[in-house]
Amino acid sequence: MAFQTVVPRPEAQAQSLPPAAPKMSIRKLDFYYGKFQGLKDINLDIGERQVTAFIGPSGCGKSTLLRTLNRMYSLYPGQRAVGEIMFNGHNILHSRTDLNMLRAKVGMVFQKPTPFPMSIYDNIAFGVSLYETLSSRQMDERVEWALTKAAMWDEAKDKLKQSGMALSGGQQQRLCIARAVAVQPEMLLLDEPTSALDPISTAKIEELITELKQDYTVAIVTHNMQQAARVSDYTAYMYLGELIEFGATDAIFVKPKRRETEDYITGRFG
Amino acid sequence: MITTAAATATPTPASAALYRRRLRTNRINLVLSMAAMAFGMIFLLWILVILFGKGFAALSPTLFTQTTPPPGSEGGLANAIFGSIVIVAAATFISTPIGIMAGIYLAEFGKDGWIARVTRFINDILLSAPSIVIGLFVYTVYVAPVQHFSGWAGSIALALIAVPVVVRTTENMLHLVPASLREAAVALGAPMWKVILMVTLRAVRGGVVTGILLAVARISGETAPLLFTALNNQFWSGDMNAPMANLPVVIFQFAMSPYEDWKTLAWGAALLITLTVLVLNILARTLFHQSATR
Repeated sequence: MAFQTVVPRPEAQAQSLPPAAPKMSIRKLDFYYGKFQGLKDINLDIGERQVTAFIGPSGCGKSTLLRTLNRMYSLYPGQRAVGEIMFNGHNILHSRTDLNMLRAKVGMVFQKPTPFPMSIYDNIAFGVSLYETLSSRQMDERVEWALTKAAMWDEAKDKLKQSGMALSGGQQQRLCIARAVAVQPEMLLLDEPTSALDPISTAKIEELITELKQDYTVAIVTHNMQQAARVSDYTAYMYLGELIEFGATDAIFVKPKRRETEDYITGRFG
Repeated sequence: MITTAAATATPTPASAALYRRRLRTNRINLVLSMAAMAFGMIFLLWILVILFGKGFAALSPTLFTQTTPPPGSEGGLANAIFGSIVIVAAATFISTPIGIMAGIYLAEFGKDGWIARVTRFINDILLSAPSIVIGLFVYTVYVAPVQHFSGWAGSIALALIAVPVVVRTTENMLHLVPASLREAAVALGAPMWKVILMVTLRAVRGGVVTGILLAVARISGETAPLLFTALNNQFWSGDMNAPMANLPVVIFQFAMSPYEDWKTLAWGAALLITLTVLVLNILARTLFHQSATR
């Protein structure tokens, strides 16, 4: 696996900007919902094996930005992005990008848990079998590995054949994370992954995010500022489709450079 | 500001009168709608009582073992029951894949494009097309050129009636799938056809099967299209290329005859169809209920 390369611990260079090894570079990104411009001139690097958090009030464009990173918006006619998002040496906004391959490499977990109407095992095997041909033993191992990664194995190992829809909300969300991890993507996009969950499930998933960044590049959208402060290495504050401030999470939360950011994170606004 | 006064605890004489008037209007409307419901129910019950009364008298083991008789002799409905099952089964096999695929196209690919809008409009017309027109159509384009009535012609006519029902239910069911589920499958890198077959269609399979069962229930009682296509056959025949006996046409023919034993058989056939449709509807409801609560 490609994850063996040693990179400097993010903490060691938390103050330096931009992130030392960008996994994804966004340049001059504009996004349009029909005539409405949802994102305005976004420039940002997402560091490899780091957690980058996007915060901001509702409608600020943070989810929109996340949905451009795996071209999810392409499902909907009328939505389009202009600019450059470099990923593995390619501009993914290029019209010839193989979207299925891109999405296999850039996984996504959504706000609401979305288990497929099939067994827990098949929920995970579905994505894996799209791009890999595994023997049934290898598949068993992959399912166990993914569920272990998502801190779900102990709870799920005895009911792999049961429907994924029968799990609790927090378990469903961890199943969705396991499903995304199972295809071994290079990057994970988390769109408010804990906003529908109780505090205990939230804590589990936050722990998980910290675990996951050993191997994966993570971008997370969150409404919860404490969460951003707890799990992320870098934080971007967005407002009305613009990137207001981007920097090391410590710096953003302790000593923001911009007045707007300070107002938002101290709760005076938003 | 009168309304604010009326809302307070102590009613003024004016507001009390208003309240009484509303109560009265409410009571009148309630009685009217109950009467309308009773009117409809009475006729339905009346039909069922007569059907069961006359039909049960006709039920006997020979109904299922002997073929339709000439007037005045012993007989049953075996050939017509068999023919109905074969014709309806063939129609279901023809219409189900077409209907499901068209429904998928409308919901997942066509969406609001002009092709989808035109298809939807035509489908709605087909949905309410008089079945006798469909029978005449199949007669003109299939029966007349090959110069004989046949079971296949009957199946084609019934399939034409079933397709729009399946298209409509499949499309409606797929619209119920939350966008998030579709996006979640797409986000794993799954191509669209896999997303549809393995995730979205699967999520609503109970509803789609319900639609098919309702279509089957609808076509199993159709008479007019079969008159021009499958016609009837007094004898046992499994040949789909020849005229084929079927329950609706047997009812049509026997009920209008002057012979008492034929009339009794017609009542038996009517009861059989009604029971089948009833069972199909109950099956469809329980299936849909199960898939909705799961």
